[in-house]
Amino acid sequence: MAKTGTYAGILIMWTYIARNILQRIVTLIIVSIVAHSFVHLAPGEPSEVDPSNPRMKPADIELIRAAFHLDDPLYLQYGYWMRDLFTGELKSFKDNQPVLPKIWQRFLNSLPLLICATLIIWSLSFPTGIYAAIRRGSVYDRTTTFTAYALISIPGFFLSYIMILWVVNTFNVPVIGMKTFGMEDADLAFRSMDRLWHLVLPSALSAVGGIAVLSRYVRSQMLEVIGQDYVRTARAKGLSEDNVIYRHALQNALLPFVTMFGFLLPALIGGSVIFEQIFAWPGLGRLGYEAILARDFPVILTINLIAAVLTLAGTLVSDLLYAVVDPRIRLQ
Amino acid sequence: MTMNTQQSAMSPHRETIAELPPHETQVQEFWRILKKDRLAIFGMIVLGVLLMLAIAAKVTTEWVVIFDPSTVRLPDKFLPPMSDASTDLIPSEDRPVFGIYLFGTDELGRDVFARMLQGSFVSLSIGFIAVGISVAIGILLGGLSGYYGNVKLGFMTVDTLIMRFTDVMLCFPTFFLILTVVALLPPSIYNIMIVIGVTSWMGTARFVRAEFLSLREQDFVVAAKALGLPERRIIFRHMVPNAMAPVLVSATIGVASAILTESALSFLGFGVQPPFATWGNILSDGKGFIFDAPWLFFIPGFAILIVVLAFNLFGEGLREALNPKLRRR
Repeated sequence: MAKTGTYAGILIMWTYIARNILQRIVTLIIVSIVAHSFVHLAPGEPSEVDPSNPRMKPADIELIRAAFHLDDPLYLQYGYWMRDLFTGELKSFKDNQPVLPKIWQRFLNSLPLLICATLIIWSLSFPTGIYAAIRRGSVYDRTTTFTAYALISIPGFFLSYIMILWVVNTFNVPVIGMKTFGMEDADLAFRSMDRLWHLVLPSALSAVGGIAVLSRYVRSQMLEVIGQDYVRTARAKGLSEDNVIYRHALQNALLPFVTMFGFLLPALIGGSVIFEQIFAWPGLGRLGYEAILARDFPVILTINLIAAVLTLAGTLVSDLLYAVVDPRIRLQ
Repeated sequence: MTMNTQQSAMSPHRETIAELPPHETQVQEFWRILKKDRLAIFGMIVLGVLLMLAIAAKVTTEWVVIFDPSTVRLPDKFLPPMSDASTDLIPSEDRPVFGIYLFGTDELGRDVFARMLQGSFVSLSIGFIAVGISVAIGILLGGLSGYYGNVKLGFMTVDTLIMRFTDVMLCFPTFFLILTVVALLPPSIYNIMIVIGVTSWMGTARFVRAEFLSLREQDFVVAAKALGLPERRIIFRHMVPNAMAPVLVSATIGVASAILTESALSFLGFGVQPPFATWGNILSDGKGFIFDAPWLFFIPGFAILIVVLAFNLFGEGLREALNPKLRRR
């Protein structure tokens, strides 16, 4: 970014941003075309989901196909999809509800899960990883290493079932769904506790993989920095060990993690299908799964597009954040 | 790429120091470092045993049927592990080996031990074939992009084209993409292998491209070019073997995640369909009987855990042993 503050520096930054946004828009258009043609060319159509239904006559199927534009050429269907998406009139094939509000509502349901999981991941993996790096080779280091590998090696639903059994038997609380049904008249304190209990297990379990991966990453990053010359210099100066670790090493080790803020949102869609399915959580991942089962093309494609937008925005944000925190990086 | 750090230039000084003690070959050095990592050795032993088991399983469940995974014995439903077959109700040719159900029986009275054996071969082959596909695509595209990156194709270079395509693929949420494809295509074990492979090559392509970009400038490649070797030979004999280290590591870990992905697909009902037994679908069938027949759930669950753990630990051990930067510490 050369010298921020000067006119030239700001100009360089903005041209960089503008060019990147432009590139990403092109990528996005390609993604949408690829996704659209793939979903439409693959066998299986919304009109064929229920072939054994005796009330479904060939005439009805004709009607459905016409209503969904399924007989038009692909590029026209793509056009219809884009037009409806941007005018906000895109309707689901399954229940004829508008797609965008539907996705928005599910997104709001997934959000608390994502926030809790992220908080758990970040607050646990940093201390774990840093401590393991400082005590490299100790019992603690080896135990956490092994635990981390064990945690990423368990099938998610296997662990979830075991945890559900344990939590329900030990604490005697319901954990499936977002809240207990029939509790609408209970007082506020009770309802909030109920919501909270329902949130604990799914967010903890979806955090498990993240904790394992991130704590390993923090550890290796920290080890990398501790081996650097300037840390040795700091020690040689006679600084206290705390000062060396927390002032000199840690600050530099944390740099790459700033970029991870950019990847929080895309995680919402990919990773949540299994856990939302297990816990009957009416979130975005589950909406996608239901849409796939029903061959609900508009919903599948729109979720996919949103995921792509979030991923691209995430990489842009992380590039920029990295340039802000690390003066060695120059935008070209 | 869009960013550069000033640190990227390697100091030539350090390389000369590292090359001083040439007492052991690369393989010896690799083995010496790997041997010290007890977890990786544990992983390697488990994988060795598993490989032999899987091959033995293929032989004994399909070619010379000793363990029969598909015989239905309704009188012997839900027998716990180590129980005897009921001799009076089951015809002698349907009885398991030694008349004992080692891992019990499932809801149709099938021998879980035989099914787990059959599943070990199927699960492993899903992992290996999926990773084989992804590594092949990754090396091809990464290699093209790294070696022929500057060749112009109309208005863009080969490198731009391939890397933009990689970016496009990275935009899809992987598991959601796999789920969509598997759900839309007709259910078949080959589709699952192909889909997992085709959606997971992006990391490999990036590694290989980066390795090729740095290898292309190194002296031995320049020398090979100066000798007038054909490009095919330069690429496959000189560059690919030198770029294999990170690929090998990510392939090992890739097999682990392919096995996990298959079990997750089974859980959602899109996994490998009968008559093939995989550990994933034994586990996901078993979840319905977690109270009545816990062995149907816990045996495949722990089997997957141990095997995936072994792949991960071995992969990490490989990474440490193959990484020259960590080696010098």
